[in-house]
Amino acid sequence: MRNPAPVATGLYEKRKAVCPSKIDGKFRRLKWAIMALTLTVYYVTPWLRWNRGPYAPDQAVLIDLAHRRFYMFSIEIWPQEFYFVAGLLIMAGIGLFLVTSAVGRAWCGYACPQTVWTDLFQHVDRLIDGDRNAQLRLASGPWTAEKIAKRGLKWSIYLTISFWTGGAWIMYFADAPTLVREFWSGQAAPVAYATVAVLTGVTFWFGGFMREQVCIYMCPWPRIQTAMLDEKSLLVTYKDWRGEPRASVKAAKANPGAKFGDCIDCNQCVAVCPTGIDIRHGPQIGCITCALCIDACDRVMKQIGRPRGLIDYATLEDAAREQAGNPPTPHRKLIWHARTLVYFGIWATIGAALLFALGTRRHLDLAVQKDRNPPYMLLSDGAIRNAWTLKLKNMEGRPRQMHVALDGLPVAQMWTDTMSRGQFGRGFTVKVAADAIAPVRVYVAAPPGTKEGDIAFVMTAMDKEGGHDRVETRFDAPEDEHADEHGEGDER
Amino acid sequence: MADNKRVDEATGVETVGHEWDGIEELNNPLPRWWVLTFYATILFAIGYVVVYPAIPGLHKASDGMWKWSSRGALAADMAVAEKSRAPIIAALAKTPIEELPNNPDLMEKAVAGGKAAFRVNCVQCHGAGAAGSKGYPNLNDDDWLWGGDLKTIETTIQHGIRFAGDDQTRQSLMPSFGRDAILPPEQVSDVAMYVRSLSGDEKPGAATQRGAAIFAANCAVCHGPEGKGGRQVGAPNLADRIWLYGGKQADVVASVTNAHAGVMPAWAHRLDPVTIKMLAAYVHSLGGGEKFAPAPAVAEAPAAAAPGAAPAGAAAK
Repeated sequence: MRNPAPVATGLYEKRKAVCPSKIDGKFRRLKWAIMALTLTVYYVTPWLRWNRGPYAPDQAVLIDLAHRRFYMFSIEIWPQEFYFVAGLLIMAGIGLFLVTSAVGRAWCGYACPQTVWTDLFQHVDRLIDGDRNAQLRLASGPWTAEKIAKRGLKWSIYLTISFWTGGAWIMYFADAPTLVREFWSGQAAPVAYATVAVLTGVTFWFGGFMREQVCIYMCPWPRIQTAMLDEKSLLVTYKDWRGEPRASVKAAKANPGAKFGDCIDCNQCVAVCPTGIDIRHGPQIGCITCALCIDACDRVMKQIGRPRGLIDYATLEDAAREQAGNPPTPHRKLIWHARTLVYFGIWATIGAALLFALGTRRHLDLAVQKDRNPPYMLLSDGAIRNAWTLKLKNMEGRPRQMHVALDGLPVAQMWTDTMSRGQFGRGFTVKVAADAIAPVRVYVAAPPGTKEGDIAFVMTAMDKEGGHDRVETRFDAPEDEHADEHGEGDER
Repeated sequence: MADNKRVDEATGVETVGHEWDGIEELNNPLPRWWVLTFYATILFAIGYVVVYPAIPGLHKASDGMWKWSSRGALAADMAVAEKSRAPIIAALAKTPIEELPNNPDLMEKAVAGGKAAFRVNCVQCHGAGAAGSKGYPNLNDDDWLWGGDLKTIETTIQHGIRFAGDDQTRQSLMPSFGRDAILPPEQVSDVAMYVRSLSGDEKPGAATQRGAAIFAANCAVCHGPEGKGGRQVGAPNLADRIWLYGGKQADVVASVTNAHAGVMPAWAHRLDPVTIKMLAAYVHSLGGGEKFAPAPAVAEAPAAAAPGAAPAGAAAK
């Protein structure tokens, strides 16, 4: 039934090994710098210290899941303030949009962890197996002792890097020096070992073997980006109008009459590509815009004495202008167009809102929960009693005296479960531990016949920093005092 | 259908042979890692069937190699919880309830445990908020029939009230003055008016004066000369504003006519001592708990009103 097909369609297609060759150039150096920066940030951050006084950890960046606190330098976030983290994530998302609209897939090409670690592992390949050709030879060759030794060595280095990657991750979740000690003495939590194991495995597998397949098949971001790119987006562009038709220098010399392009078909752009594509086929999903092919082509153009930039960053719009013989748009205009301005506006607005919220947030909080069952009850002298559970939140890194006062219903008196009714009053003072919540059970009683009405609890910090919080609540009482007094209320 | 297969010119790849409004699908091979992952999921599924209960049978599924079951998982979780609670339970077991207030941390845990036990064992009568209802005391208030300190509450929970199966149960019984013709109906009415006047619900008058005399002769022995009750016999305080069986004239007449004798089970037969201790702590924490008082809080009852001695006790109020 099958028509004879020119290509064999097997059940699956084996991955074509990508063995990019070594290259140097301005984009390669930029990549080195960004790799150094991102890896330094990743490995060093948990070891930074930040003095928060005696009641809080001194790790600068700490996600303390056990105690439900998130520390980031001078900022401490409680679980109910998680919207700060959500805001940061939204900023990161819109930041990606902003970067994409301004400079194309720069995230993919330079800063994405998959790119950075793949790049690192490809350097390991070159270190152990040699450059591109040696790697290809070794990959297709038989399993000799040399190959086994090289593979063993290379994979051990992969594993070591992966282990440090996974190991650094857990440092963000506990005091780093303590955790290192515990980790090596076998006393760390099982989840720490499990996390390191999983992350080591994933890094080893994704960085060592999956590589560009993660970008092409698994990651949704390239698909989203292809929808976001437009004629104003920076792409790595092969200037086919300048390069075509291709001919080697020798062939061009042999045919002096014929018109040839600048591309000498040396294939260097393909050889250095970390995702193994040919940029001369035009924009494609496999291109992460790392610009290494620009470095490679520029070097070749320099060697053969032709102007650089046969492969270069260009927008589709500019490509058309350049093809028509016009000068390219200035960089400033390239980056600041309507779309980037809108993204930047949204991004900056969220950032400003977060900073405002951070600057104005209270460091104390009063939460009030009224007993609903029963809403009120009679005491033996006929007084009506309501009960509340107050939660006094002290978000400062030091213990504070908090005074809680009753506001409204002047006939009412209040006492707490650590006092007796005889010690009632209109307020009480509680010491709340540093960075903690103190639950206090509060009773409020009013004389017989009191009607239901609004009251409020007002919490005031008793130190010079001050600050207060006021929460409205309701004092419940029998609706018909007469009926209650005569026994209806006993049904409660 | 398959006859429509053709080779796409642009890519040189064969199509699958289907066509939808001119849209065709190329028969590109899958990436190898994808196929391998797919096979891995099949292997995983086979492993899952072997290891976990997965093959349905008539009455139950196969056991699986690991003998996993949701009940077993629950039991394991419970065992872990039990183990983590063990030190607290042990501490509670060896701490006499009188000592509990000196250890706020342990007290807090006892109250929490008591709250959970209360939800299971007590809410049926006393209500989820422990507010009780007619005939079932409200445990939030400051009115106690038998006493409201920790030790007394614990004893009440242990031995219950008028519970037939316990020798040390709280025992007292008020006579049914009306039904047993100890008092004629008009005297019952008079004494009810007097009782209501004690808490200010009735204005003093001729009837309450007559009632006072009847009260002194029949009721004061247990409820005290001022009607303030007696905790030794669980006689309710009649001079306060809390009525277990209703405070209207008709309610009080009913109580005097047909005495109430509410029953609470003796929980020592059903619950372990630590749970009872925790329950006592919880009930004590509800807002009406009393400190330990060496002396009885109310007027001393006559010797005749010793626990168990009928007909001294009074249950109705």
